[in-house]
Formats: sequence, C-alpha cells, structure tokens
Amino acid sequence: MNAVDRLNATFLALADPTRRAILARLALGEASVTELAEPFDMSQPAISKHLKMLERAGLVSRGRDAQRRPCRLEAQALEAAFVWLERYRQLWDMNFTRLDSLLDELQATNKVSKRRSKKTAKRS
Amino acid sequence: MKTQPTSRTALKSTVALPNDCDVVVVRAFNAPRELVFDAWTRPALVQRWLLGPPGWTMPVCEMDVRPGGKYRWRWRSEADGKEFGFSGEFREVVRPSRIVHVERYDSGDVGGTMGEALVTSELIENDGVTTHTMTIHYESQEVRDAAVKTGMTDGMEMGYQRLDELLAEQRG
Repeated sequence: MNAVDRLNATFLALADPTRRAILARLALGEASVTELAEPFDMSQPAISKHLKMLERAGLVSRGRDAQRRPCRLEAQALEAAFVWLERYRQLWDMNFTRLDSLLDELQATNKVSKRRSKKTAKRS
Repeated sequence: MKTQPTSRTALKSTVALPNDCDVVVVRAFNAPRELVFDAWTRPALVQRWLLGPPGWTMPVCEMDVRPGGKYRWRWRSEADGKEFGFSGEFREVVRPSRIVHVERYDSGDVGGTMGEALVTSELIENDGVTTHTMTIHYESQEVRDAAVKTGMTDGMEMGYQRLDELLAEQRG
C-alpha cells in the first residue's frame, strides 16, 4: 500500500464512531475482540469487521497469541494523519504570509493617498 | 480581556476539525477588516496571494461579489501547465464582516474529488488586528477528508515538495 492509499485507509477507518471508540479503548491498553465487543451492542463478527478496517489502515495490530490475539493501538498511523493536517495548515499559511505583505502594501498606499488628499484640501 | 498588539511572528494560522463535517481555518492580520475584506473579494488582489505552494499562478479569477453572484478561480502549475479550479456562487455578502459562498472543485488535469462545500468567512476587528475565521462545511466526514486529502496529496505534490524544502530552509 502506498502512502496515499494508506492515508485514505486511515481516514476511512476514522470515519466511524464505533471504530473511534475502539481506538479510544485501545489507547488504554491491549484488548481481545471479546473484551472490545463488550461495551457495544454488537456481535463479535461485526466488531471483527471494524477491526479489519483498522488493521488495514495500520491503526491496529494483532498479537501472536493464537487464542487471544490481543489488539494493540498503532499510534504512528494516527501521527501520519496529523502530519497531513499540518501540511494543510502550512499551505494556508503560505497564502496568508503573502496576504500579510499585500495588506502592508495597501495600508502604506492608503496612508500616502490620505496625506495627499489632506494637502490638496489645505491648498484649495 | 484587552487584546495586546500582535507581533509579526505571532501570526500563525490554525486548522481544526471541530466536528465530522467541518474544517476551520483561523488567522489574524495586522490590518483593518475593510482591507482584509478587499483582499478576499477584489479579483486583482486575490490573484496576488491566493496561490498555494510556490510554482502556481492564478490566471483566472472572476468574482461577482454579491448574493447570488458567481465566481470562478483557476490555478496553473508553471512547471507542467497542469490546471485545476474552484467555482460557485456567493450566498451572503456583508461588507466588511461576512462572506458565505458555495465552492465546487474542478479537478482539471490534477484529479481528485472534493464534493461541494459551504464556506463561511467571518472577519472580526480588535485594536487594528483582524481575525479571519473560515469554516469549510462538507456534507459528510468522507467528503471532507477526501477534499483535504485531494488538496494535500494528489495534484500539488510537486508544490508541496518545494514547500517542504522552503520550510526546511526557514528552520535552518
């Protein structure tokens, strides 16, 4: 999976309240599918389906213990989503830095034209 | 609370995802809000700053700034001539405090999807500093995330590479 597909998968995985709740639970520590299913009014297969999406997005990994296969939060995939937001912010900041210069220029021009119109008013 | 005069270096934009459907961009400017409003609504001024990463120009900027009036923005990459744009119409125009417009993405040669967004810009002035809050509302989280991702990854990747270089230079 390339970086863009991975990011797609991350955001798709985050676009669901159940999956976000699963991540919040896993932030507290590892849990089995049974443990994760408990607080939700959902069958284990339904929870497993959500977990598959989270795994595909790299947000969750499963332990090797064949019986329990505990789920673990993989926080670095979330970090990729934050980096993405930071780049979006930087894009706007580039525009706004140019806008700062433009506003300075407009204010300087306004001051000059005001001074000029005052002088003209005095003369007449 | 009294606002302290803002120093140049303190002017940094913030981007937040306050709920599933919105992106909120906030930035302060050392200028009266009439000027900031002009910079957002006069095509000749918009073309000078709303350019994205280095290497992009804005050859088309047509704006009929009044309720129901249409606009068309188009950008072009100097490096490979690729183009994309936005178009839509204004819903509310209250000089110098508020602009609401509908935004539709035209993927041009760049690709990606963005759906439709309702963009609300509010300008508040305090002690000569204007705070601009832009709320970009999408119909769902899927549409919103696809939109920001399109803006970030698909078409403008070359520009962003240059942006990263520039930011690295600034960091020294």
